Amino acid sequence: MSLSAVPSRAGKNYNNRIMSSRVYQTEAIIIKKIKFGEADRLLTLFTPGLGKMRAIAKGAMRPKSKLGGNVELLMHSLLMLARGRNLDIITQAQAINNFMPIRDNLELISCGFYISELIDTLTEENVEDHELFDLLLNALNDLAASMEGDRVLRYFELRLLDHLGYRPQVQKCANCGRDLLPEVNYFSPVQGGALCRECGYPDMSARMLSINALKVLRFWLQCDYATASRVKLNHELMKELKTLMRENVKFVLEKQLKSMDWLDELSAGDTK
Amino acid sequence: MNPDFLPAAKPISRLIEEFNKLPGIGPKTAQRLTYHLLQAPAEKSRDLAEAIISIKQNLRLCSICLNITDTDPCNLCTDETRDSTKICIVEEPIDIMPLERTKKYRGVYHVLHGVISPSDGIKPEDLHIRELLDRLGGSNVTEVILATNPNAEGEATSLYIQRLIAPLGIRITRLARGLPFGGDLEYADDVTLSRALEGRQEL
Repeated sequence: MSLSAVPSRAGKNYNNRIMSSRVYQTEAIIIKKIKFGEADRLLTLFTPGLGKMRAIAKGAMRPKSKLGGNVELLMHSLLMLARGRNLDIITQAQAINNFMPIRDNLELISCGFYISELIDTLTEENVEDHELFDLLLNALNDLAASMEGDRVLRYFELRLLDHLGYRPQVQKCANCGRDLLPEVNYFSPVQGGALCRECGYPDMSARMLSINALKVLRFWLQCDYATASRVKLNHELMKELKTLMRENVKFVLEKQLKSMDWLDELSAGDTK
Repeated sequence: MNPDFLPAAKPISRLIEEFNKLPGIGPKTAQRLTYHLLQAPAEKSRDLAEAIISIKQNLRLCSICLNITDTDPCNLCTDETRDSTKICIVEEPIDIMPLERTKKYRGVYHVLHGVISPSDGIKPEDLHIRELLDRLGGSNVTEVILATNPNAEGEATSLYIQRLIAPLGIRITRLARGLPFGGDLEYADDVTLSRALEGRQEL
């Protein structure tokens, strides 16, 4: 059996088709890989139909492996898998997109590491999620196309939280429900979003939220990245959004991601 | 495998157990090795045992290149026929062996002992990058060859080191990425093929 073109994800029988056969095909993004045995790799994949899953790539570390370069970290590939006793085994792989511009740039590949760690930490195995797959795929595409690491990350973080049910409340005050006035407001991940002046000022968990940052959050929650990328962001505003989203992500994860530390170190090195 | 349930004498099953823990050795191979040693002369086993013990007792890292060695500095660093103006940077000590087998490289090495892998929490300070910079500062090194593995982490590590070394004005090269000898275009992946195209050479 050979790999055909990218299979259509339309149709409600997609998963049944996958589940019933001994060999199946799926597109996937490789979000994690660890050494396994002598030359094998244990991969964590994110797929549209099966969500996050793990699979073995036999012999992928050998130079002549026909899998090798097609199952590298942050590749979007079409895979053929054979059902195994515990873990499924990748029998064939064909890269769809290798996001080459990301690989040639230290900042962008680090953003890629962060994105994949975020997805890995925040998702459960085997939960079908086409929308999340598209979100991830788009983020990598945007990263490769725009080379604007910070902006892509902020947009991705916001949409990821939104998709997983942690959408920050930015229309009304998250505490008293009153409309937010066009003035400096507050933002608190603990309260779940923006706070009006009265509620935010005494709240120790809240930080100031500028009018522009609020506007950006509102706008980004309802547009695609192509539109989001047209918003002009100066250095200050970018920094504010970064802090906001960071705190929000940390609150949801209840921990700091390791690749987040690395990104910080990298950007600190640049300003030195 | 619980040794108590093996139908063999305890010392035998113990050795089988130990062999079994080694990479690439399954239960059958472990049995075969054990029974082979059982039948071989006693000094053969003693040699093997001594060899295993001595890698733990007598080895340390070379103070110059951080390769694993029994003499400090290591044989490669003290070899005067080698060109000390070229340093080849590798991830692990084991990577030196295949490079040496080519007999094409006569410079010296520097072993990082790992690669940058943010999601596993491995950062530059966990690798021996500082030692590399100390070594380069004020030396007569003219070329640094980056020979980290051609995968995502290896590339990131290379990019990072390149950034650190660039201000020193030393020539930095990266091992070419291309098609494996005896391979087949049909099975080559896109990244490898496009790198091979980029790095094509005049005949």
